[in-house]
Amino acid sequence: MAKAARSKTTDSAPSARDQHDFALHSLQESHEKALRYDASTEQMLDFYEQMLLIRRFEERAGQLYGLGLIGGFCHLYIGQEAVAVGLQSALKEGLDSVITGYRDHGHMLAYGIDPKVIMAELTGRQAGISKGKGGSMHMFSTEHRFYGGHGIVGAQVALGGGLALAHQYREDGGLCLAYFGDGAANQGQVYETFNMASLWKLPIVFVIENNQYAMGTAVSRSSAETEFYRRGTAFRIPGMDVNGMDVLEVRQAAEIAFAHVRGGNGPVLMELGTYRYRGHSMSDPAKYRTREEVQDMREHRDPIEGLKKTLLERGKSEDELKDIDKRIRATVSEAADFAESSPEPDPRELYTDILVESY
Amino acid sequence: MAIELKMPALSPTMEEGTLAKWLKKEGDAIVAGDIIAEIETDKATMEFEAVDEGTLGKILVSEGTEGVKVGTVIATMAGEGEDAAAAAPAPAAAEPPAAAPTSAEPEAPQPAKAEGATARPASTAKAARDPEVPTGTAMKTVTVREALRDAMAEEMRADERVFVMGEEVAQYQGAYKVTQGLLDEFGPKRVIDTPITEYGFAGVGTGAAMGGLKPIVEFMTFNFAMQAIDHIINSAAKTNYMSGGQMRCPIVFRGPNAAASRVGAQHSQNYGPWYASVPGLIVIAPYDAADCKGLLKAAIRSEDPVVFLENELVYGRSFDVPDTDDWVLPIGKARIVREGRDVTIVAYSIAVGMALQAAEELAGEGIEAEVIDLRTLRPLDREAILESLAKTNRLIIAEEGWPTCSIASEVMAICMEEGFDNLDAPVLRVTDEDVPLPYAANLEKAALIDAPRIVAAAKKVCYR
Ligand SMILES: Cc1ncc(C[n+]2csc(CCOP(=O)(O)OP(=O)(O)O)c2C)c(N)n1
Ligand SMILES: [Mg+2]
Repeated sequence: MAKAARSKTTDSAPSARDQHDFALHSLQESHEKALRYDASTEQMLDFYEQMLLIRRFEERAGQLYGLGLIGGFCHLYIGQEAVAVGLQSALKEGLDSVITGYRDHGHMLAYGIDPKVIMAELTGRQAGISKGKGGSMHMFSTEHRFYGGHGIVGAQVALGGGLALAHQYREDGGLCLAYFGDGAANQGQVYETFNMASLWKLPIVFVIENNQYAMGTAVSRSSAETEFYRRGTAFRIPGMDVNGMDVLEVRQAAEIAFAHVRGGNGPVLMELGTYRYRGHSMSDPAKYRTREEVQDMREHRDPIEGLKKTLLERGKSEDELKDIDKRIRATVSEAADFAESSPEPDPRELYTDILVESY
Repeated sequence: MAIELKMPALSPTMEEGTLAKWLKKEGDAIVAGDIIAEIETDKATMEFEAVDEGTLGKILVSEGTEGVKVGTVIATMAGEGEDAAAAAPAPAAAEPPAAAPTSAEPEAPQPAKAEGATARPASTAKAARDPEVPTGTAMKTVTVREALRDAMAEEMRADERVFVMGEEVAQYQGAYKVTQGLLDEFGPKRVIDTPITEYGFAGVGTGAAMGGLKPIVEFMTFNFAMQAIDHIINSAAKTNYMSGGQMRCPIVFRGPNAAASRVGAQHSQNYGPWYASVPGLIVIAPYDAADCKGLLKAAIRSEDPVVFLENELVYGRSFDVPDTDDWVLPIGKARIVREGRDVTIVAYSIAVGMALQAAEELAGEGIEAEVIDLRTLRPLDREAILESLAKTNRLIIAEEGWPTCSIASEVMAICMEEGFDNLDAPVLRVTDEDVPLPYAANLEKAALIDAPRIVAAAKKVCYR
């Protein structure tokens, strides 16, 4: 059997190889044909608001951390807003599932989940979405099919494979979006999952949020292959290299990837090039990169400023956009006040939710 | 309305810092995200970023001011459309600088009040002398963090085969700064940054040990070693036995273990009992700096695989360490850290500090507690436990970890099997609550062991 397959490949080597290569590159090629999503002005304003909400929310979270109201690890999403907003706006809400790591505030907000219950989780209050028991890294919303919020680097990738298996098993037509970092991309279980996902044609989109660093380690110091979208090749998973700093490009790429997965063709691997402006977590002195590098990103690649420019070109006025910002600041302030003033969990919560049943 | 800019906390433990530099002047326009100032602690320089838009009004704390308390108003800002000059008459200026520098850990939040100060054995009258320290030895005060680093550096100087590998150990100087300076001294061949791939590098380290090297594998925390536990147990611990004693695996797996501060359930576990149940492993979990240094050196020299469990909350505490170049302690020996005749408190790692604090409190109530630091969890020093029990006839175990199948359970079993006749009261265990560790401040506090709980248990076995 194996011999037959091999001789077949050698016999018709060029055409077979062409065919496979075509399959692996075809998504990228369609993406390059039309990079930006053709959004209506309404949709663009929506994206703008969502990204701005994440930005302002995270800035405030950073401030509350400074005031000692948030504890432990707190990983901000500032700079990466276009990724969650662009991808998640293309999902079928309530059907598709999403899973990510500990840098999860933005993904929650992109779902339109009330900022109050997210902020209250950050401050560890009863009203938080995990009743204060999870914290910044561990937030979930089964209502939205958002499956967390995971602290062990790479774990969410295999779990995402399982969520995809459940979609396939139930034949519900849904897909799973599994986000992970450039650092996480080196964990072994990622490749074990790639293999199973491709072998079983699981409906999953692997999303590498390549923000260039894993804590203090630049990708070039940790990864033999830094073109992460190529890493599915050995498993015959088509890759896409996407500009994660432009929400319209992200959304356009999502259209292509999701259609491929929904067509029953198995997984897609998307690499989203992005950047985190802040330290890895709140207490990272960030000595491993220059201030100029960060400043350059902010000035030339910022996803919010980029979309603002497009909106102005479309005839929106500075004032209109300023009003949006004002509204969002008010929402965030309200969330912060709520998170600060709502009560801590009832002490009895310590012993609840450990098991579902009583024995 | 004027916005008050307050001195930010850069980690949950930071209480004050130095206002190193103002990057904006009075009257400067500020947009959200602008870096307004640089703030320094003894560990790091951090940027203070603006959240609001407006104009910088008055600077109330000038640059270079040390000991600025968190929450102090350092400047005022006029919001959009407000007059900067009108914004903000000065409230009281910064409080007078305090003497002690604070410790802001890079990735290491700590509880607001470390018990370190009250738990220093050297400060109590009843403190037992370490029998290992020869009389007349000069002592030097170092932090646990430095002691661990010194142990590695000394062994690396002495033995070419010793090298360190792990995430962020080299260029970043260690996620918790334990490997600080090692890259500079030993270079990238012997201080190796790995990708985030615990299963892989634990296996590579184990293989290197089998191949004749002496690796020190740092786990950023032991929570992440769960990815690697297969190699620690199946590859490292069992090979000597399976090969009939042919194949050695002299490796040290080390890193912080157990609860930190509000980092949630996945980042807060004590793996002492897990590893201590495995034949073929040595498991060490010391408390103070001298034991950390002496035992880490012993671990590196050992021909057996060692799991060396540190505690992040203790890294910054200072203790006396003998100022000799060859401070090596025996593995498998507990230490009496405080002598007493009424009740024995057995503890290890961070719980030793709490036990000492409890003993101090008990002394005030006329109960003389003997505190035993196990130091090594496998092999366990049964004699030390039983000898103390024979003296006090009452014993409790203090453990920062879950109660079920714990080191405490094991010590209780030893007391039942071999010390039954000496018991005047049931052995009690004081541990964390039997729940995953919650994030919320009040719940976390309720879940974790503390000195008052140890005091209560000690009184109970003394029928007081
Ligand atoms: C298994 C495991 N190892 C190490 C860590 C510590 N850690 C947390 S985040 C992180 C860096 C991850 O970087 P990346 O995957 O690029 O994601 P980013 O933080 O950039 O979003 C590390 C090493 C962990 N949480 N889990
Ligand atoms: Mg990264």
